[in-house]
Amino acid sequence: MESNRGRTFSRRWVLGAGAASLLTTGLTACGGSGGGAGGDGKTITAFVYGDDAVKVQQAGVARFNKSAAAKKAGGTVKLTEVPGSDYSPKLRTAMGSPSAPDVFFNWGGGSIKAYEEADKLVDLTDVIEGDPVLKNGFLPSVLAAGDLKGRHYGIPMRGMQPVILFYNKSVFAEHNLQPPTTWDQLLDNNAKLKKAKITPFALGGSDIWPDLMWLEYLVDRLGGPEVFKRIQDGDAEGWGDPAVLKAAELVKELIDDGAFGSKFTSVSYVNGGAPAVFARGKAAMHLMGSWEYSTQLGKFPDFAKSNLGWAAFPTVEGGTGDVRNVVGNPTNYWSINARTKNKDLAIGFLKDCASEAYAQDLIDNGDVPTTSNAADLLSSSPNPEYAKFQYDMVQQAPAFTLSWDQALGDALGTKMHTEIGKLFAGQSSPSEFVTACKGLK
Amino acid sequence: MTTTVDKRQAAPTVPTAPTRNSRVGRPHAVWALPAVLFFTFFAVVPMGLAFYLSFTEWDGLGDPRPVGFANWQKLIDDPRLTQSLSLTVVLTVASWAFQTVVALLLGVWAAGRQRNRAVLSAIFFVPFLLSSTAIAILFYALLDPNFGIIQKDTLGSQSGAFLAIVFVGGWQFIPFHTLIYQGGARQIPEVLYQAAAIDGAGRYRQFFSITLPQLRHTITTSTVLMVVGSLTYFETVLILTKGGPGTDTAILPYLMYEAGFKTYDFGYASAIASFLVLAATGLSLVLVRLTGFGTMRSTREGM
Repeated sequence: MESNRGRTFSRRWVLGAGAASLLTTGLTACGGSGGGAGGDGKTITAFVYGDDAVKVQQAGVARFNKSAAAKKAGGTVKLTEVPGSDYSPKLRTAMGSPSAPDVFFNWGGGSIKAYEEADKLVDLTDVIEGDPVLKNGFLPSVLAAGDLKGRHYGIPMRGMQPVILFYNKSVFAEHNLQPPTTWDQLLDNNAKLKKAKITPFALGGSDIWPDLMWLEYLVDRLGGPEVFKRIQDGDAEGWGDPAVLKAAELVKELIDDGAFGSKFTSVSYVNGGAPAVFARGKAAMHLMGSWEYSTQLGKFPDFAKSNLGWAAFPTVEGGTGDVRNVVGNPTNYWSINARTKNKDLAIGFLKDCASEAYAQDLIDNGDVPTTSNAADLLSSSPNPEYAKFQYDMVQQAPAFTLSWDQALGDALGTKMHTEIGKLFAGQSSPSEFVTACKGLK
Repeated sequence: MTTTVDKRQAAPTVPTAPTRNSRVGRPHAVWALPAVLFFTFFAVVPMGLAFYLSFTEWDGLGDPRPVGFANWQKLIDDPRLTQSLSLTVVLTVASWAFQTVVALLLGVWAAGRQRNRAVLSAIFFVPFLLSSTAIAILFYALLDPNFGIIQKDTLGSQSGAFLAIVFVGGWQFIPFHTLIYQGGARQIPEVLYQAAAIDGAGRYRQFFSITLPQLRHTITTSTVLMVVGSLTYFETVLILTKGGPGTDTAILPYLMYEAGFKTYDFGYASAIASFLVLAATGLSLVLVRLTGFGTMRSTREGM
């Protein structure tokens, strides 16, 4: 009996063990099929932020894959478009895994600091210095804007993205309004628009970062770029500057006054809500990055072509900031993963961003490239007037403040977002906001 | 593998010693192996890893660095945790109340054998087959303040956003609990109702004196599932409100997501996750204890 029992056991044991090993091999197979930086170097992957402007990168990849440079380096580039709101977490997860991208889109500065500290980035400083195409290809100030400790880790790959005050021309004409150049004019416009039952400003408050643009400009106009510079350099007491409190108070007045309508905390920019409100004339103005033009061109082409107006952010009475100062993102960058199997291929791909064909694709999309050849190409833009306005705005700006969240990096930036969300939702007062920000670390 | 099994089944039953028969119907422990392995790889190991990570500092890129109890200390000191915890408790209670009442009534109703009830129960079940993400995106579009069906600031006010989350969760999970109650109600012996009818009990008296007490164990099962489900409720919050307006709907799983995938503080996120595991396990144990479910006292006692 004892032997019988033993045999039954062993047969069942074999069955169970077989099933278990099948399961395990299945799992290993799944885990191994990642590709990416662990691949053979024939195909390298590039992660890109998947919005309306991604067609420029699609065209760039297609062009590069057919080029002599790609053949020489012996491989092709595969573009992975990551939907906008998921981009940062997906990139971070991928970069910590064996299936990391070889080349990836980023905002420079604080957004790549963690990768640099983990030795995940190729230092491009010497590559750029030694290559005339890259060295002379881009505006030096833009190339430098994404630096970490004076070293280059990225190549500019999209248009410049200053934050601009957009307005709906037909709504302005109908109510006989002019784009505001001072804060008092802005408040005056708001009163007239509200009387006509039009929301003065579209605002995608559920995303929080559109809220941030208001604070960035107000703090700059009230206290100049030095106020945020101090915070960016790590002095949390910088939040205690009177300009920050005053900016928060002005925002609070706008909210209480209904300048953003009553529902802005549930409106999103990313899902197209805020641009639609603006394009359909439900809101008269929209403070947004310059990509608003290509967004509108993609979603409401007629509006973008004929009714979209733009202006600089107004001065604020009593403020010390220069009206020519700009906030926003200088541009986006491609950076290279230090573990890539085919660095030559990746660098070859990055070089394409300095080409005239690439710059022309950006221009055709309504963007203003940050390449040295941009100025000559501006006249061929679908909207030369807008391209010229943007180019001059950035060229003439005494200071270009990088978006606060990008400058501070993910950890601080997210906590700041939470505090800004509370301020805009009315859960904290301006003075509570300042106190909370001082406590961020 | 299949052939082996077939051979065994096809083989004529050899009359053997009675000792062998005594083991029939008592499966060998090895039968549990696939389930145990699955549970080990996909539940125990990740849980263990999260628990380990909660004692480290890790940004997802380098190697985790041990920091002792720093994350747990931070968890206790974090004012957002207090808010999150109370939001989670309120959400759990509200979801439980909403889902139990509706699912219990629907389930008892659907237990009837009429054909129209069978057809309607099948239709009611559909929401449960959809993915939570799809449902959340659908309701997000329906609740869009400018272009939705309900053009109110539903998701922009605390009560609106909170009720929307309770409602969407209910819409999704009520079908499942209805099914549990339907099964439970069908188990109640017909003879009890017949006896009650002879005694002159009306429909309501029958419901409160027979159906409800007989569903005691079903209610416990469903409650435990609801409570644990609400504690880990996440996708709907992420898609509908992103924890907003402000931090008004940032329940614990969302706080964990934010710590992990927005600030990339995986150590702290793991501390929150471990806390959730402990809370959910503790809560379900307490529930089982309080309701006497663990002693498995039969609902048919005295019959």
